[in-house]
This record gives sequence, structure tokens and C-alpha cells, in this order.
Amino acid sequence: MRVIEIPRSFDYRNIESLYDRIDPDETGPVLFDARRLRWIDPNGMLCLLAAGQVAAKGGSAPRISLPDRQDVAGYLDRMGFSNAARAVFEFGTGSRWRRRPRSSDVLLEVTPVTRNSDVHQVVEKVQARAGAILSNTLRYPSSAVVQFSVILSEVCQNIIEHAEGPGWVAAQAYNWKQRLGRHVAVIAVADIGRGFRASLEGEHAARFGERWGDVTALEAAFLLGLTRFPDTGRGQGIQQIRKQVARWKGLLSIRSGTARIADTPDWSSKPPVEEGLRPFPGAQINIILPERLG
Amino acid sequence: MNRIGPRSVRIDVGALLKETLVPSSPILVTRPTGRAVRDAIEKSLTGNGRAPFVSLIDFTRVPVLDFSCADEVVARLLVKYLKPDRPRDAFFLFRAAGAIHREAVDAVLGRHGLAAVCDFGDGGCRLLGTVSTEESRAWRALERRRRIGAGGLASILGDRGDALLARLAARRLVYRGPNGTTHALSAVASHNAHQ
Repeated sequence: MRVIEIPRSFDYRNIESLYDRIDPDETGPVLFDARRLRWIDPNGMLCLLAAGQVAAKGGSAPRISLPDRQDVAGYLDRMGFSNAARAVFEFGTGSRWRRRPRSSDVLLEVTPVTRNSDVHQVVEKVQARAGAILSNTLRYPSSAVVQFSVILSEVCQNIIEHAEGPGWVAAQAYNWKQRLGRHVAVIAVADIGRGFRASLEGEHAARFGERWGDVTALEAAFLLGLTRFPDTGRGQGIQQIRKQVARWKGLLSIRSGTARIADTPDWSSKPPVEEGLRPFPGAQINIILPERLG
Repeated sequence: MNRIGPRSVRIDVGALLKETLVPSSPILVTRPTGRAVRDAIEKSLTGNGRAPFVSLIDFTRVPVLDFSCADEVVARLLVKYLKPDRPRDAFFLFRAAGAIHREAVDAVLGRHGLAAVCDFGDGGCRLLGTVSTEESRAWRALERRRRIGAGGLASILGDRGDALLARLAARRLVYRGPNGTTHALSAVASHNAHQ
């Protein structure tokens, strides 16, 4: 059995370390060893689920060893990771998921997105919960809950309309005291569908000629608002998300295939484009919204 | 009281959603929901015959409107009714709730090169979408006067006044009656509401 150890700290900054160890063409059983995990953000959680799904395509159900620290396991429970993970992993013996408490401080638990009704549920949940976090923690105006809901709605629809495969969304607020000196909200969306390149290929590859690839496909969608649909009015979702995230001085990145493209604020050291990454199916979107200053 | 210009009908989208489409919550998100709402709006217009009328589409009880849904409900509805073979002689006026809806409606109209009259409930209507400065000026002049007889805009905007009103009428942002009088859509809607 191949064992993939999950880093102690696993978030948007080092998720490539897991992608690097997943080969979609490899077969045989895989164990994701998360026993030493101490910290994970929504990007890490969704990356783990997506990696599990990809490993499952190799023929046998992937296994996962849960964090040995009760507080980390409890946090994953509250985040809804345990529920989502049950559909992906077999659990090792002695795994101790607790029953998720009815109410918690979670902004949005890990939620599978496969149908439009899932998007409605996500928006309804966020409408009910996000107001206090956005106003009190991030110090956004009270109307921000609407824009925040719209961002979530549009990124989730991206899964349904373009990925043609299952996906998840999750969000949580954190205090990045050491890293940034303020609070942030992290939104992660991931799918293991066909990715941007395949989605746009039929409609747009010819015009880009030899330049066509993962980076060009991401640039086409991210910068130019192109989609696989020929009708006017499509492709606005990502453009409008970019606008809103920029207004809040946030970070927005999309990884698909072997590339990542990002709108990076001045507090982030992430490059605007990365290429030559390890191939991974689908698309993974990361949004980080920082607390407002002043 | 005599009616001024065409009739008007009001469609409460929040109520439409609750009654027929999504009883749990009147939020307007996703394209399929938008298409269903557009269909429901069109169905509720069927009893209005061939005579022209102003349809006030009221979003004020809709707390969330995303861009995909706005494209389906607002932009694609207008695209259909701008065509010469439109199913009914309907003009559209949208009632929105401030910034919550303005950004989505403005963005989708701009994407299609369309414009629409929006009432934000703050005492005045605004044009959203793609409009030239001249069109905007002519439209505001009509809004202030509520209706203008044939040639009546020349004193305000000069020789081009009438041509501008004709352009606004072609874009269905104003209603131009058979006698040449041009009516602001907001005036038609509010007059009928008070009858």
C-alpha cells in the first residue's frame, strides 16, 4: 500500500505537496496518513477529498488515518469534513469521528456541490451565518453578506456548469495574527471534473493555436471572460468575483490542470501565474478575504 | 381618471418565487432558477393581449440576486422583447433594492449592450446598462416631465431631441404613443398604481 503523509500544517500555501504525490494514472491502494496533522484550512480539506477521489479511480477505495490530536479531529468534524470524507475514504480502525454538533462557528461546512439545489442551500446557509462574521470579524459593511453569497453562488455554479463532475465548497474565518496581523475568511472550491482547458477547448482552442494549454485556458476564462458557451452573457461569474474580491483586497486563485492563475493583493507573495505544476484533474479555487483596515 | 399612456402590471418576483418556484427562500441564484423565473414572468404577462403595457418587475423582496440569475431574468427577457417578433408589446421597468441588485443588473445589461429603467425606491428612476451621454440626458429630461408631446424635446435638447426620443423608444426605454407623445415608463407605472 502506498502511504501519503499529510503535512502537519496543510493549507493553500503547501497543497502542491499533496498534488505532487498523486498520479491519476497510478493504481493500487493508497493510505492518506493524517495522524500528525495539526492545522488544515478549507483548501487543504478539499484537496484531501479531491486527492482521495482521484486515488479511488485507481481501483481500490483510499484509506485515511485521522489526526491523533482530538482537537484537530474535532475541528475537522465541525467543518463537516468527516461527513464528506465518508463518501470518499475508508477509515482505518480506531477512527473516532464524533457526531457533529448542531451549531458551531463554522462559516460553511464542507458541502458537496452536484446540483443547482446545492447552490441554493449553500447561499441560504451563508445568508443565515455570514453576517456576523463579515461585520464583526472582517469589519465589512452589513451589505457584504449579499456580495459574499453571490461569490459563493457563482463559484459553485462553476462546478456544475463547467466541471461536469462532483465538487465541494467550504469556508471558514481565521485569525491570521502572525501571518497577516488580522482576520481572514477563506473560501475553497474544488472539483475533479474536466478542468478549464477541456471545458474551453472546443470553442476556443483553435484561435489560440499552438499557445493553447492550461495557462492559456485559465487566462481566457480569468482575464477575458471566455466560456465554452457561445451565447452572450456567459462568463460573467469569474469576472464579477474578481471585481468583488479586489474591492475587499483579497486573493483569488484558480488552479486547473498544470497551471494556476491569481489576482494577488499586496499582502500576498503568490505569483500571478504558475505553470508546470503536477497535472491534477478539475479546478481548485481559493479565495482569501482579509479583515478591512482602518 | 383617464389613463395616461399604456396600462401597467406589477409582478412581485419575491412572491412568484415563494408561491411557485422555491418556497423555502426567495433568493435568485443559478441559471436554471433564473430561467424558471423568466418563464413564470412571461406566463403572468399572457393575459395582457396585444395592446402595449408596462410591466413593473419588482425585486425588492428578493434578498440575493446573482449575476447568472440576473442574466436569465433581466437581460434575456429584454433581449426577447426587443425583437420585432416579441410575443407581446411589453415594456419593462425594474424595481430593485439599491446596491444589492444594481451591480448584478447593471453588469448583465452591459454585457449584452442593453439598458433598462430601474426604480430604486429612493424617489427616482435610473438608467442602467449601456447608454450614451446623449441618451441619458434625453431620458432624464423626459423623466422630469413624465411625458412630452411630439417635438417637445427640441427646446431642451435642440434639433436632436426628437431623434433621441425615437432612439430611446426603439430601445423600449420609453413609450411613444401613436399621437407622437412620449411617456416615461416610471410615469406610466406610477399613474396606473394610483388609479
